[in-house]
Amino acid sequence: MKILVCISHVPDTTSKINFTNNNTEFDKNGVQFVINPNDEFGLTRAMWFKEKQGATVTVINVGTAETEPTLRKALAIGADDAIRIDAEPTDGFFVAKQLAKVISENQFDLIIAGRESIDYNGGMVPGMLAELIGANFVNMCIGLEVDGTTAKATREIDGGKEELETTLPLVIGTQKGIVEEKDLRIPNMRGIMMARKKQLTIVAADDTTATTTISGFEKPAPKGEVKLVSPDNLDELINLLHNEAKVI
Amino acid sequence: MSILIYTESENGTLKKAAFEVASYAAALAANAGSTVTAVTINSDNTEELYKYGVHKILKVSNDALTTFNAALYADVIKQAFDQENAKTLVLGSAANDKYLAPLLAIKLNAGYVPNVVALPESTSPLTLKRTAFTNKAFSLTQVTTENAIIGLAKNSFGLKEATTTGATEDFAPTLPASNTKVTNTDKATGKVTIADAEIVVSGGRGLKGPESWGMIEELAETLGAATACSKPVSDLGWRPHGEHVGQTGKPVASNLYIAVGISGAIQHLAGVNASKVKVVINNDPEAPFFKAADYGVVGDAFEVVPALIEKLKEYKANNA
Ligand SMILES: Cc1cc2nc3c(=O)[nH]c(=O)nc-3n(C[C@H](O)[C@H](O)[C@H](O)COP(=O)(O)OP(=O)(O)OC[C@H]3O[C@@H](n4cnc5c(N)ncnc54)[C@H](O)[C@@H]3O)c2cc1C
Ligand SMILES: Nc1ncnc2c1ncn2[C@@H]1O[C@H](COP(=O)(O)O)[C@@H](O)[C@H]1O
Repeated sequence: MKILVCISHVPDTTSKINFTNNNTEFDKNGVQFVINPNDEFGLTRAMWFKEKQGATVTVINVGTAETEPTLRKALAIGADDAIRIDAEPTDGFFVAKQLAKVISENQFDLIIAGRESIDYNGGMVPGMLAELIGANFVNMCIGLEVDGTTAKATREIDGGKEELETTLPLVIGTQKGIVEEKDLRIPNMRGIMMARKKQLTIVAADDTTATTTISGFEKPAPKGEVKLVSPDNLDELINLLHNEAKVI
Repeated sequence: MSILIYTESENGTLKKAAFEVASYAAALAANAGSTVTAVTINSDNTEELYKYGVHKILKVSNDALTTFNAALYADVIKQAFDQENAKTLVLGSAANDKYLAPLLAIKLNAGYVPNVVALPESTSPLTLKRTAFTNKAFSLTQVTTENAIIGLAKNSFGLKEATTTGATEDFAPTLPASNTKVTNTDKATGKVTIADAEIVVSGGRGLKGPESWGMIEELAETLGAATACSKPVSDLGWRPHGEHVGQTGKPVASNLYIAVGISGAIQHLAGVNASKVKVVINNDPEAPFFKAADYGVVGDAFEVVPALIEKLKEYKANNA
């Protein structure tokens, strides 16, 4: 089985979010970038398929040279090789089109992407990609087994979960649950050394145009002071929630 | 030219979010001088949509669509979009909406903007305010294609009544073959889900162990709320993963969020910032959550929560 894991390069979850250039650009100053957490869960499941079922695992990113440390980290975790499509990822459609082109030239059986990137929270790439390449698609995937060309997937639904049966080629949008937090792997020294020798292929982007553009950013209005209520006066809390906040 | 909306239902009943989507689309149509058509799939209470400004309903009734299937549903919505010569599709932000929208973006050649929180800032080019960086910021996103898909963030526009008289038509789409089938569904019945809840009661590591959730569930039940938790709580297996909220978990956009024994780490706050009113119960006055909250109680959860349940029951009895 050939697996492709789509890796989005995002600001670390603790990052302060600021903008420059008259609030039109995200300020990368001092921001640490990481593998999108949802993709890290997906990559860990891919490693399981590699170890248990002899799958090969390729990681891919649409990005400029600055994303290479993120791809190297994925190689250090254990992916076999990496592809970088050399372009600024302007929107989800642009990324999905670039990925679809590489996939059409390379035949993957299973494509693992994250449910959403934690930066722009698009949640677009996996579904768009599935539709573009005509593959089956399971979103919010929290469990996956593959046997031949049949796949059994578990999907989170509001208030529960659902089991599905489908066939390869398959795209999943995944998240925590496909593996547990404790199964995530921190690259060790050997992995990091080996990653240096693994192949990272750079592919030129095609000339797709994005379907959306960002014209500016805004920050939420600052929050007022908290109103403290004494634990001995909970009637007051109920009163405030009813009469002032009007939420009960 | 009309605006098409997809309205989600559960067990044959349209959800509140469907009426919010209708309200939003009606305001959009009023500004553009166009009309709103709703496509409903196996819903019984479709007439209610006329209260929120819908002009026409395409009613689909088909046993093959009883369980949600993204590929089939997307195909149905595309056929409705084409039939109505629509240019804009509006849907919500529930799990199923987010499953469908990217598929439809390709089928309809439409730019898709999710998590939209307000009516367009401009209609030419279509410019929408949406959340980004998990509620730490907003972006103004322009759609550069002729067709557009707007994913409305939950609880951002509200319900606006605008009664219309419309016509309901039976709509019989042709269904393609699907390679994906649901073999089992495991869903708690009679429980409010985080996605639909007006109020969410959430517990953190301060509750010490899974045995403390009795009082959290009782508080939730008293308020008709859903239960949720912080990430470590689900990582430790005290609560199911589906309850984990935050930047890497579920987003919460309820009217009221009550956080018990949760410190308020940046990753947790990111996922709950979209909730309108936040109440924090924590025994550490320095807990960062107090800076993000509207109301706070500094105290021991094991005393405050049972007392609050008692007071709420009294309050409910007096105001019944
Ligand atoms: C990549 C990444 C992603 C993450 N994503 C998320 C996410 O999506 N969601 C999330 O929640 N976290 C997330 N986290 C974890 C986050 O950083 C915090 O560790 C976590 O939110 C803390 O959970 P907590 O508040 O329940 O526990 P703690 O930080 O341990 O806080 C417990 C709180 O309970 C209080 N307390 C203790 N005893 C009592 C008592 N008797 N009565 C009242 N209060 C009491 C304490 O004062 C304390 O404030 C993420 C972390 C990383 C690194
Ligand atoms: N620039 C990118 N390169 C490769 N994969 C990406 C990129 N952007 C998004 N993805 C994948 O698509 C998923 C959803 O991202 P998004 O649609 O941006 O929210 C991510 O978790 C990744 O798996």
